[in-house]
Amino acid sequence: MQEPLFGSVDEVVERLAGAGYLASTAVATTVFLADRLGKPLLVEGPAGVGKTELARALAGATGSELVRLQCYEGIDEARALYEWNHAKQLLRITAGREEGWKQARDEVFSEEFLLPRPLLKAIRNPDPTVLLIDETDKADVEMEGLLLEVLGDFQVTVPELGTITAKRRPFVLLTSNATRELSEALKRRCLFLHLDFPSPELERDIVTLKVPGLDARLADSVIRVVGALRTMELRKAPSIAETVDWARTLLALGADTLDEQVVETSLGVILKYRSDHSKAAAELRLDTLLS
Amino acid sequence: MTGSALPRRLVEFVGALRDHGIPVGPGETVDAAAAVAALGLADREQLRAALAATVLRRAGQRAAFDALFDLYFPVAVGAAGPAADQPRDVTELRDALVAALAAGDEDQLRALASGAIEQFGRYGSFGEGGSGGGANGMRGWSAYQALDRVRPEALLNRVLAAIRTDESAFGEAIARTEAQSRITRYREAVQAEARRRTAELRGRERIARYAVPPQTDLVGFTTASRAQLAELRRTIQPLSRKLATRLASRRRRARRGQIDLRRTLRRSLATGGVPMRPALRDRRPGRPELVLLCDMSGSVAGFAQFTLLLVQALSDQFSKIRSFAFVELTDEITGLIAAGSADPEGLARRILTQAKLTRWGMSSDYGGSLASFADGWPDAVGPRTSVLILGDGRTNGGDPNLDAVRRIAARAKHVHWLNPEARTSWGTGDSAALEYARVVPMHECRNLRQLTRLVTELLPG
Repeated sequence: MQEPLFGSVDEVVERLAGAGYLASTAVATTVFLADRLGKPLLVEGPAGVGKTELARALAGATGSELVRLQCYEGIDEARALYEWNHAKQLLRITAGREEGWKQARDEVFSEEFLLPRPLLKAIRNPDPTVLLIDETDKADVEMEGLLLEVLGDFQVTVPELGTITAKRRPFVLLTSNATRELSEALKRRCLFLHLDFPSPELERDIVTLKVPGLDARLADSVIRVVGALRTMELRKAPSIAETVDWARTLLALGADTLDEQVVETSLGVILKYRSDHSKAAAELRLDTLLS
Repeated sequence: MTGSALPRRLVEFVGALRDHGIPVGPGETVDAAAAVAALGLADREQLRAALAATVLRRAGQRAAFDALFDLYFPVAVGAAGPAADQPRDVTELRDALVAALAAGDEDQLRALASGAIEQFGRYGSFGEGGSGGGANGMRGWSAYQALDRVRPEALLNRVLAAIRTDESAFGEAIARTEAQSRITRYREAVQAEARRRTAELRGRERIARYAVPPQTDLVGFTTASRAQLAELRRTIQPLSRKLATRLASRRRRARRGQIDLRRTLRRSLATGGVPMRPALRDRRPGRPELVLLCDMSGSVAGFAQFTLLLVQALSDQFSKIRSFAFVELTDEITGLIAAGSADPEGLARRILTQAKLTRWGMSSDYGGSLASFADGWPDAVGPRTSVLILGDGRTNGGDPNLDAVRRIAARAKHVHWLNPEARTSWGTGDSAALEYARVVPMHECRNLRQLTRLVTELLPG
């Protein structure tokens, strides 16, 4: 059992805040448990609530290296685990024409010609590592099987080299937008965290942290408008990232208060669908201004 | 809680979760216990997060989890909070509530919810002290009764007046949505408080079984309350996207062509009968066409409204979906659905007022409707069309007109019937479901989970 990264939940909050991530109780507790119980952490939730950001902050807060595996449709073992460097192997074979078969074979399948991909890299890393498996739901089901094997035992078998076991367990964070249901087996091995929009207080702190020059009263109104937008049934509710973008935009526009005019002109920053735009405008009575 | 009390409580809690359709295995229970051991019990919100992380697997389970958590790991026993600063009568309570709602003070809202239950939620006969063993089943705490006295909705204008900072319509609109969602939260707090107190009186298991609402995807369409329907609506958008990605990947997979034997042989003539270059079957760009026939009569209103929303969500993803609604007559509503994207709540109402669906009443006439569809839109259904019929098949004693269904089925690629009634009640009373089921495949579709499964399996890929 290796040293846990964090001593208490409060310490998680503190150190993540030091890395620029304000964690809610739920986030901090789950991170603390994932570390203590040595389990991968599956973070699910709508886009832009800070799933990837959490991994980045974790790496920063613990001084770990961040190894990222971006999943996509059709990603396979060669892209996730390891690959042989065929070009280099060919060069090696052509260079050593005179040697026998046996020697060439032993040489060609050695460490030198192995290209470690994120999973192998994270497992072999002797230093603290945060392994981020991003958008797991984009990968095919077969990929999940591979993840199960790797995350279950933290070891990888390369037939030519033998089994490589983790010297130090990486902190594993999987993210998913829930566009596809992940397999039960994978979920069972992970701690589950549903990351949702934060409370208004927390979001205000996040915005003030990310956009330092923002006036406190303006920040308040920004949070209120975003909160109101989220209660409407929009196609895509504004995320934290978009709230922060909006705050930046307002700062750049030099707005000091939020009125219809300002909202109307900058609404495009937070709403990305035309139908959402018109619905929000109607419900916020922006149209009264234009008529 | 000390010693063996905690494991026992944990196991009871897990049992209650299972009763609510949240599958928690023994492994997860062990994880939960390990998590509690690592954290300690000092902080209730940490405990909640820890249990959620170990036993939950999807977001839709959260509401049921929270309600059960509050039952099994209550904030307090008996009356919560100091009694001294509690308001003494309805007027005082409502004044305090206006202030708390305007300020958005969650703690104060919870305290006032508890106060409302304490003062107005009690029913039945309480003996000395007001609490104790639950021998008498005819007493308890009623959220309905308390809310009826407090009437938080009626406070909206006073709250608005308190929040209002400027006179602009925009500020007003923002304040209104805020106030409304705070009032909703207050209602929920009152209900949770009533559940908690009644559970103390009558035993946790009983309350857990009957008073905690089921998971969203198991809520019946026809029995859903307003709030549950709203919740269902929120889940529909991700569902439609999920379906679309599923279908897209299935279509992509189908692209890997099969060998076209006839053309391979034809080609092989050039090489003396040796098939050097196998010819692959061209993929025909299949354009899935979907036709929906929705029963909009009173008996299936919730279901119809919900399926319409699904259709609307799907029509964003597909090019060709035509929708029809019927009560006594059939009329096309494709245009209405496209136009209604800004206002999904009012969609059903607008369909009933703008489309010509009825002659006399609101009771459905399947025979007439099916016939008017088959006659009125003969071009809607072709060899590439999948037809979905949504309805309970209750003909009110009229002629089911099986022949019209047969005619539609003969022209379409396939026809499926989704029935929001339980399979056991098909064919009872005026239901012609079993007769229709002999003509076209019929599926029970009572909740979101069944619908998800059906649509992923049924839709053409």
